[in-house]
Amino acid sequence: MTLQKIQSLEDLNSIKEKTMPYLSLRLGAFGDDRTSQEKAEALASSPYNHSIMVCAGTGCLSSNSQKVKEQLLEEINKRHLADKVEIVKTGCFGFCELGPVVVIHPGAYFYCRIQPEDVQDIFDNHIEKGQAVQRLLYKNPTTHEITETMDENKFFHPQTRIALRNCGIINPEKMDEYIARDGYRALAKVLMEMTPSEVVKTVRDSELRGRGGAGFLTGRKWAFTAAVKQDYKYVVCNADEGDPGAFMDRSILEGDPHAVLEAMAIAGYAVGASEGYIYVRAEYPIAVARLEKAIEEATQKGLLGENILGSGFNFTVEIRLGAGAFVCGEETALLRSVTGQRGEPRSRPPYPAVQGLWDKPTLLNNVETYANIPQIILQGPQWYASIGTEGSKGTKIFSLAGKINNTGLIEVPMGTTLRTIVYEIGGGIPQGKSFKAIQTGGPSGGCLPAEHLDKPIDYESLTEIGSMMGSGGLIVMDESDCMVDIARFYLEFTQDESCGKCTPCRIGTKRLLEIVNRITEGNGKLEDLEILEELGHDIQEASLCGLGQTAPNPVLSTLHYFREEFITHIQDKRCPAGVCKALSRHEIDQEKCISCSICTKHCPVKAISGERKVKPFLIDPDICTNCGICVEKCPPKAILRR
Amino acid sequence: MQKRNKNALITTSDEERQNNSTVQARREKEQAGMEASMATASDGSISANSKESASKRAQTLPGTAEQSKEPAEPKEMVTLQIDGITVEVEKGLSLLEAARNIGINIPSLCYLKDINEIGACRVCLVEIEGQRTLQASCVYPSVDGLIVRTNTARVRKARKRTVELLLSNHHRECTTCNRNLNCELQNVADDLAIRDIEPTGEVRRYEIHDNNPAIQRDYNKCIHCRRCEAICSKMQQCHVYSAQNRGFETVIAPAFMRDLGEVACIMCGQCVIACPVGSLTDKESMSPIWEILEDPRNHVVVQTAPSIQVTLGEEFGLPVGTVVTGKMVTALRRLGFDQVFATDFAADLTIMEEAHEFIGRFEEGRLPFLTSCCPGWIKFCEHFYPQFIPNLSTCKSPMSMFGALTRFYHGKKRDIDPERLFSVAIMPCTAKKYEAARPEHSDGKRPHIDYVLTTRELAMMIRQAGIDFAKLPDSEYDSPLGEYTGAGTIFGATGGVMEAALRTAYWAMTGGKKVENSPQEEVREQTVEFREIRGQSGLKISKVRLGDHEIKVAVAHGTGNARQILEAIIAGEKIDYVEIMACPGGCVGGGGQPVLGGRDHRKISLDYRHNRSDALYNIDYSKKLRNSHENATIQNLYKTYLDHPGSEKAHKVLHTAYRARNRWS
Repeated sequence: MTLQKIQSLEDLNSIKEKTMPYLSLRLGAFGDDRTSQEKAEALASSPYNHSIMVCAGTGCLSSNSQKVKEQLLEEINKRHLADKVEIVKTGCFGFCELGPVVVIHPGAYFYCRIQPEDVQDIFDNHIEKGQAVQRLLYKNPTTHEITETMDENKFFHPQTRIALRNCGIINPEKMDEYIARDGYRALAKVLMEMTPSEVVKTVRDSELRGRGGAGFLTGRKWAFTAAVKQDYKYVVCNADEGDPGAFMDRSILEGDPHAVLEAMAIAGYAVGASEGYIYVRAEYPIAVARLEKAIEEATQKGLLGENILGSGFNFTVEIRLGAGAFVCGEETALLRSVTGQRGEPRSRPPYPAVQGLWDKPTLLNNVETYANIPQIILQGPQWYASIGTEGSKGTKIFSLAGKINNTGLIEVPMGTTLRTIVYEIGGGIPQGKSFKAIQTGGPSGGCLPAEHLDKPIDYESLTEIGSMMGSGGLIVMDESDCMVDIARFYLEFTQDESCGKCTPCRIGTKRLLEIVNRITEGNGKLEDLEILEELGHDIQEASLCGLGQTAPNPVLSTLHYFREEFITHIQDKRCPAGVCKALSRHEIDQEKCISCSICTKHCPVKAISGERKVKPFLIDPDICTNCGICVEKCPPKAILRR
Repeated sequence: MQKRNKNALITTSDEERQNNSTVQARREKEQAGMEASMATASDGSISANSKESASKRAQTLPGTAEQSKEPAEPKEMVTLQIDGITVEVEKGLSLLEAARNIGINIPSLCYLKDINEIGACRVCLVEIEGQRTLQASCVYPSVDGLIVRTNTARVRKARKRTVELLLSNHHRECTTCNRNLNCELQNVADDLAIRDIEPTGEVRRYEIHDNNPAIQRDYNKCIHCRRCEAICSKMQQCHVYSAQNRGFETVIAPAFMRDLGEVACIMCGQCVIACPVGSLTDKESMSPIWEILEDPRNHVVVQTAPSIQVTLGEEFGLPVGTVVTGKMVTALRRLGFDQVFATDFAADLTIMEEAHEFIGRFEEGRLPFLTSCCPGWIKFCEHFYPQFIPNLSTCKSPMSMFGALTRFYHGKKRDIDPERLFSVAIMPCTAKKYEAARPEHSDGKRPHIDYVLTTRELAMMIRQAGIDFAKLPDSEYDSPLGEYTGAGTIFGATGGVMEAALRTAYWAMTGGKKVENSPQEEVREQTVEFREIRGQSGLKISKVRLGDHEIKVAVAHGTGNARQILEAIIAGEKIDYVEIMACPGGCVGGGGQPVLGGRDHRKISLDYRHNRSDALYNIDYSKKLRNSHENATIQNLYKTYLDHPGSEKAHKVLHTAYRARNRWS
C-alpha cells in the first residue's frame, strides 16, 4: 500500500488499472453481465486461479467466519497455493442466516454454514479438482434442491444492488479495491467538472428520497442547506440504525465504508461544508473500526482533508459514537447527541438545514442514502430515476426477518411486490405454515395482512395502507404469531425508547401498552379497542417528534387488520395463536397419547402428572409455564397449545 | 446630561439611560401615589405604554442584557391569520405570543417566556394549515402567510387528551397540596373543562426528597415541564436539574436523583418560582412557629426583610408593587409575635460594616470587593468560584446580623430567658432557610435564627389565622430594631446594596460634607443617588467618583450574570466593588416570593420584578432618612455596644467566614 497522495484523476485511473485484475474474478458475484469473451479476458488477467470470498460482516463473524478464514489461509500455506488462490475478507452478502458464507470464484459458488473442518474438503475437491462440494452448497429449505452458484440462487437473482454494489466484492479495508470499483471517481467528477449547484441539481433530478424513514426528497434537503448563507456548515451521516431487525446501514458501513465517506465529501462540496460527522451506534464495533480505518486511509491518501485532488476543497470526517438510544435516529435528537447532550428531539422549524449542529446549517442523511450518491453522480440522475416507481425512485434495501426461509439483506428496485420478496427472494414460510402478516417500518410501521401481498412497495403505497417504509425492516409472521402480542412488543419498545420529553409519547404510549397488556392477560374490555384507537390517534397528532407520532402505528394497524384477534382475546379469553401465556395452555390429546411419560421426565416444573402405561396424563395449568418443551419431546405429537 | 458625561459614567443600556433621566416623571409618579407605579394591573391587561416597555424589558432579562447594548435593528414584520384575525407581528415571534397579543389565550404549561421554550408539554397545540400534525404554538415561529386555528375540535381534543394524560400520572391530591388554588395544572384542567380521566393507569410513586433545609422536591407531582431545569441552567447556570431515565420512568432531577442538599444547588428557589405545580415547594416551617407562638411564656421576635412589604400584598390579591408595610406589621402582631422588627435596620448596620470594610480593602488594594448578603450567591461562590472567597465581604447578611443581635444584644438588654427567646425571620428567599442552618450562624447548640419563613409561608399563616389582610389597619415596627433608613429598604432590589453602601462611602470619603451641586447622578435632600446601577439589566457596570477616587462598580443579579462578571474579572477586567444577588431582580425576585403564575397564568413572566422594585425605591423616596449612617439607633448601637464599624466586638457579632465546596455536595 503506497502512502503517496492521490492528486488527480490519473492517479485514480492508475490505481484502478493496477487493482482491477485482482477483482476480475470476483465480479461474477451479483448478476454478471459481461460477455463470455470479457469473462475469459478477465480470467486471464487475474493473477489468481481462485478467489475465495469470506464474509466478514457482523452476522458471519459471530458465526465464526474468522476461524474459517484462518483455516483457509492455513490450508493455502500447507498446499503452497498462495500465488494461485486468494482469500478475501469482504462485506455482507446478505444471506446472514446461512453464515459463515464463503463464495468461490470463478463461478460464484455459494457455500453456506462453513465450519473450519469443512475447509479441507473444499480444497480437496473444489480447488484441486474443480468439483463443488455438494453438501456445503445452498439447499432450498422447502424443495431441498441444491443451488450451486449465486447466479442460480433465487435469493440473489431478483436483486439490483446499487447501495450494496461493493458488498461481497471488495475488501472493505482496502481503499484501492474501492477505487478499482470507480470509487472516488464521483468525488473527482464533482470537484473538477461540476459546480455545487449542479451537484444539488443532479441529486434533485435523481428523485432520491431519504432512506432513513420519512422519505424526504434528498435533493430538496441538499438545496435547502446549500441555500442558507452561513460561514460554516456541517454534513452529518445518520448511522444510528435502531429499528429492531434492520441492519442495512451496518452492512454498508462494514462492507463499503468509503462509499459513505465519498458521498459525504460530495455533499460537503454541494452545500458548502468542510466538516462531516458520522453518528454511529457503539453497538456496531466492526462498522466503527472499518470506518476509522477508511477515514485514516482516505485522509492519508488525500481524498479527505485539505485541498482534495488539488481542487481547493477541504473536507474532514469525524466519528461520534451513539449510546444506542432509538430516539437518536431522529435528526434533532441525533444532532444534540453529537454535541454531547442527552438525545432529545426539539421541534422544527428551525430545520437542521437552517439551524443544526452547534446551531449551524447542517445536512443530515442516512447511510443508505449516501451510499447511492456516488453512483447517481457517475451514472446520471436519469439512470437512477429510471429505476423504481413514479414517486419512489431507485432501489431499497430490506432486511428480511421472522418466519421466512431466507432471512437476510436484499436490495430490490422500488415497486417490487411484497409477494416477490416473501415468496421468491425469501423462499416462503418455513415448515409449511401459512403467511399471516408482514411488519414493515419497524416500531414506526405497521402490520400488513395477506391481502396486501401484491402491493408494490414504495413510500406512498405503504403509508396508504397504514404502515411505512421506515428504514426497511421486514418481519414476516405466520399463523403461530399473535398480533396482539406483536402490538404489545412494539409498544414496549417505543415506551422504553421514548425520551420522555413530550407528554403524549411519555404517558400516552404507556397507557396504550397498559391496555394491550390487559388484553393479553385476559382482562380486556371491548371498549378498550375504541380507547386504543382514540388515544393512538391523539398521540399521532400531538407528539413532538416522529417517534411519538408513529409509535401507535403497530397497534393501530393490527387493530385495523386483525381486530377479530383482539376480540377473541377479550371475549373468548383465548389467544388463537397460543402465544399469550395467560390465554393459552398446553393440553394432551388423550386419543393420541401413548402414555410413554417422556413429557413428565422433561417438564422442568413438574406440571405433568401421570404414570407410565397408565392413562391419563394431565398438565396442571397452574404450574405449567408454557415453555413448550413437552410439545417438542412428545413422540406422537399429542401435546398441543391452544 | 452634560454633567453626567463629565463624570465619565459608563452606563448600561439606552433603556436605563431613559429611565434614569426621568426624574421629573418619577416625582410626578410619586405625587400620584403608589397606584401609579403599578404598570401591570391586577387583571393583567397591559396599556399601550407599558406594553412597549414590557417588550423592552424582555430584552434585558438576565443573560441577554449585554446584547441590548447593540442598536436595535428594525424587525421584519410578517402578516398571518389566527382564527380568522389578520395580525402583523415580528417575524419569528411564537404563535403563542402572537395569539395572546390579540386576546387569544392559548393554554400552556411548559412555556416560560425567554427561559423555557421547548414545546414539551403539548398543551399549546394549534392547527396550522398545511401541517400534517398539530404544532406547539410556543415554539412555532411566525412567518408570512400562516393560517392558524386555535379553537377547533381537533385542537380541543388533543389539548384535553394531553392534560388528561398528565393528570393520569399526577399525584392528584389537590386539596392537601401546597399549591392548591395556585396551580397552573389546575387552571389548565379547569380551562379545558376536564371532567374525566380516561384511560388511567400506573402512577409513578417516589419518596419525597427534602434532605435539605430549604426546598422540597415531590416527584409525584412533577409534570416534566422542565421549567426548573431551564431556569437553573439558563438563568442561574447551576445546572442542577436534567432529565434522567427514559419513557414513563423519566424524571427531571439532580444527577442520580440526589437530593438538592447533596448537589451544587445554591438553594435560590428560582425553580420553586418556576414550578407550575406543587412539585417544588418551600420546606415549610409554619407548624413549629404556631407552636412557639401558642405558649405565652415565649418571647418571639420576628424580622421582615425589606422586600416583603412590597410583595406580601400580592398573596391577597393586591396589585403587584403595593406597599403593605403597616398591614404586615399588624398581621404579624395578630399572629402573636411579641416584637416586630425590620431587617432593614440590620441592612443599615450591614452598610456601616460593609462600607467600612470596603474602604479598608480599597486602601489595601484587596479588590474586587464582593458583597455577601445573599446566601444563594455565597453558596454559588463557594461551589463554583472558591478562588473568590477571599474577596467576599466577611459581613454577615442583614438577617444573620439581626439574628446575632437578637441573641446577644436585644435578649440580654431586655433580660429575656434565652430558652424562651425565639427568633423568626420572614424572608423572600429559600436560601435564607439554608443560611440560618449554616453552623457559622449558631452558638453550637441552637441557630441564632430559629425559623425562616418565606413570604408565601407568612401569607399562608395569615390566611390560616383568618385575618382579612386587605382590611387591616396600619401599624409601626417596634422600637428600636425597627428603625431604618431608605438605604436599608433598597437592599431588596438589585443594585440596592451597592447604592446604599456608596451613599455612606461617599459620605465617609467626602468627609461628610453637605453635597451641593453634586457631580454625582442625582442629589435629593442630601442623598446621593446612583441610578446607573438600578434597573433590571442583568449586568450593570459603572464608574463612581468618591472624593478623590474613582471606583468601578458592577452589579449582577441572577447567578448566570454573576458568572459573566466573575469570568470577566478572571480575564483581567478591573472592578473594585461588585454586588451580586442570586435572584433576578434581587430579593424582589427571590425564590421565596409569591408565585403569581398559578393564580393568573398571564403573569408567568419575570416582569413583575419591576413593579416590586419600583415600590421599594418609592419607600426610599418617602423616607426622611435615606443614608444608613443617619440611622440614630445604629449610631447608638455603636456607642453602647459595638464601639465602631469593624471593631473587635463588631467582628465577633457581625462577621462570618466561608468555605470552599465541591461541585457534588
